[in-house]
Amino acid sequence: MSEKKKIILGISAYYHDSAAVILIDGKIVAAAQEERFTRKKHDPAFPKNAVRYVLEEAGVTMEDLTAVSFYDKPFIKFERLLETYHAFAPSGITSFLAAMPVWIKEKLFLRKILRDEFEKVTDIALPKKTPILFPEHHLSHAASAFYPSPFEDAAILTVDGVGEWTTTGIFHGKGKDITALKELHFPHSLGLLYSAFTYYCGFKVNSGEYKLMGLAPYGHPKSERVEKYKKLIYQDLIDVREDGSLLLNMEYFNFATELEMCDDEKWNKLFSLPRRKPEDELTEEYMDMALAIQEVTEEIVILLARTAKKLTGSKNICLAGGVALNCVANGKLHKTGIFENIWIQPAAGDAGGALGAAYAAYHIFLKQDRRVSGDGRDAMQGSYLGPEFSSPEILRTARKYEAVSHYVADFDTLAKRAADLLSEGKVVGWFQGRMEWGPRALGARSILGDPRNADMQKRLNLKIKFREGFRPFAPSVLAEESEKYFDSDIASPYMLFVFPVKENRRKIIPATAKGLYERLYVSRSDLPCITHIDYSARVQTVHKETNERYWKLIDAFREKTGYGLVVNTSFNVRGEPIVCTPEDAYRCFMATDMDALVMGDYIFLKEEQPGEQKDFQNTYEAD
Amino acid sequence: MEFLHDIWGFLKTRKKFWLLPAIVVLLVFGGLIVFSSGSAIAPFIYTVF
Repeated sequence: MSEKKKIILGISAYYHDSAAVILIDGKIVAAAQEERFTRKKHDPAFPKNAVRYVLEEAGVTMEDLTAVSFYDKPFIKFERLLETYHAFAPSGITSFLAAMPVWIKEKLFLRKILRDEFEKVTDIALPKKTPILFPEHHLSHAASAFYPSPFEDAAILTVDGVGEWTTTGIFHGKGKDITALKELHFPHSLGLLYSAFTYYCGFKVNSGEYKLMGLAPYGHPKSERVEKYKKLIYQDLIDVREDGSLLLNMEYFNFATELEMCDDEKWNKLFSLPRRKPEDELTEEYMDMALAIQEVTEEIVILLARTAKKLTGSKNICLAGGVALNCVANGKLHKTGIFENIWIQPAAGDAGGALGAAYAAYHIFLKQDRRVSGDGRDAMQGSYLGPEFSSPEILRTARKYEAVSHYVADFDTLAKRAADLLSEGKVVGWFQGRMEWGPRALGARSILGDPRNADMQKRLNLKIKFREGFRPFAPSVLAEESEKYFDSDIASPYMLFVFPVKENRRKIIPATAKGLYERLYVSRSDLPCITHIDYSARVQTVHKETNERYWKLIDAFREKTGYGLVVNTSFNVRGEPIVCTPEDAYRCFMATDMDALVMGDYIFLKEEQPGEQKDFQNTYEAD
Repeated sequence: MEFLHDIWGFLKTRKKFWLLPAIVVLLVFGGLIVFSSGSAIAPFIYTVF
C-alpha cells in the first residue's frame, strides 16, 4: 500500500503580506498572496481567499491536511512586546494600550482563531488531530530560502525588520536540516534601520523601501555630502562590529515604543535636514541620504555574508527576509565572490514565510527527506504558482465589459503580433498562465514596452503606472542573450539582482544635467528605458523551460528588432496589488494609457474598446 | 484548555515565569472588557454600588 501523502498548508498573516501555500510531498502545488484577491496592497488579514484557492488548486480539503504551519510564534512575539514595553516604560504607554487589546482578544488565541477561520472559509473544520505548528519567523524565512534552492549544502542569511526577537539570522542548511548559528535581536535591526530612512525620506514603511533603493543611484557617489551622511550613520546611529552585527543607538529611534520610526527632531539636528513629507519635492539631499544608507546596508550585508562563510564554510548562500529584496545589495554581494553561488527566495518578505513554514513542517517536524534536482534548477517552478484562467473565463470578462477581442489560435502568431505592437512603441499588458508568487511581475502579469524607446520610462511612470517619475524599469531578457547587454554571469529569474549595463552600450551623461529630472530624461544607453542613472539594471532572465510563452514573445521581439529583451513592469497602477483575474487586468488596461492587452489567446486593442474608465488610479491609496 | 496548555509550555520552555503575573492581569482585564463590552472597571462599580 502506498504511503499517505504529506499535505502541508503554510500560512502567513496578521502582520503584512498574508499568504497561503500548499505543499504536497515536498512539492509546491500552489502559493498566493491575499492582496491579489482582496485588491488591498499588503493585506494583513487572514488569507481566506488564498487558502480557498490553494486548497482548490491542490484538490484537497481541510480534512486531508497532514499539518498546518503558521510562519511565526505568537507567544514569543508577545514576550518581546511585554519585555520591550517594560524596558522602556513609562514611555510607550500609548502604543502599549493600542497594541494590547488585539493581542488579548485575538493574537494570543491564534490556534483557536485559525481553526475557526478554516471552518468559516471552507465549511469543513480542521480535524482536532491535525497539528497546527508555529516555526519561528526567521526559521520560516531560512526554510523558504534553503529548501527550494538548488543546493544540498548552503549558508543561509535572513535579514528583515523583526520576527519574534530575531532581526538577522545566520543558519547552515544541509540536506533536510537547518541549524541556527547566530542571531541578532530586536531592537537592533538592519531592516528597521533601512525602514527608518525610508520613513525619513518621505516613503511608506513596509512598502516604500524599494523606492528608497531606486532613489539611491541619483545620489552623488563619494560626494562630500554622501560621505558626511555615512559618517554620521556609523558614528551616531549604529555601532557595527566586524561580524556584521550592529547596535542601534536607541536615542534616535522611536519604533520600540511609538508608532513612528525615529525621532524627527534629533535626526534633523544630526543630518541638518528635516524629514521629507510624502509628496514634497525630492531634493539632492534626500538622494544623497538614500545613497548613504544604501551603501551602509550593502557594507553590513557583505560583513554578514563573510561571517556566514566563516561559520559554514559553504560555497553557496541562500537569502530571505525583506532585506533580501534589496537587489542592489544582492548584486554587490555576488560581485564580492565570497560565495560561488547565491540563491534568493523570490517571495523573500513575509509572504514567503508561509512557504518556509510549510517546508519547515515537512522537513523538520515530519522529518521527510529532501531531494535536490541535481541539474542546478530550484523547486520554485519559475515562481508561477498562483491562479490561472481559461479562455472561457477570459471571454466571460470580455462579454461583461462588451470588450472587443481577437482570438489567435496559434501562439507563435500571437507572440509575433504582440512583438510587432511593442516594436511600434506600444505599451502592452501581458496576462498569461499562472500568477507570480512574490512581489515581482515575471511575465505572467506584466506591462511590457520597448526598452529602446527613450520616452518609454516617462510614459510608463506618469501615464500608465501613475507613479513617481524617477522610478526605474526593469528588463526581461532572454537568458541566452543576457551577457550581450549586461555584465552578469548568473541567472536572475526572479529579478533579484542588479547588473551593470555593458560599457559599450552606455552613453555619457552630460555634466550640465544636474537636477533629478534633467538627469532622468537623458539617454544613458541604447536601452534608455531600462538603464538606471548609474548604468545599472534590475534584470530578469527569462528561461524557456519555466515560461515558454514569455520567452517566445521576447524571442519574436528579438527577431523583429535584434534586441532580445523587453521592459517589464508589474501589471497594476500605483498603490494597487498586481492584477490577478482577467477582470482586474481589463479594468486596469482600460483605466490607463496602455495600448493593447494580450490575455491568454486574445488580443484587446485600446482603440477598439467601448468607453473609457476614468480616475481608476484614485481607487487605490498611493503607496 | 488548549490555550492554557500552550501558555504553560511557552513559559516553561522560555523560562519566563516572571511574565505570568503580567499575562494574568492583562487577560483578566481583557476578559472584563470583552465580557462587559466596554469599560474594564464597570463590573467593579456595580459591585460597589
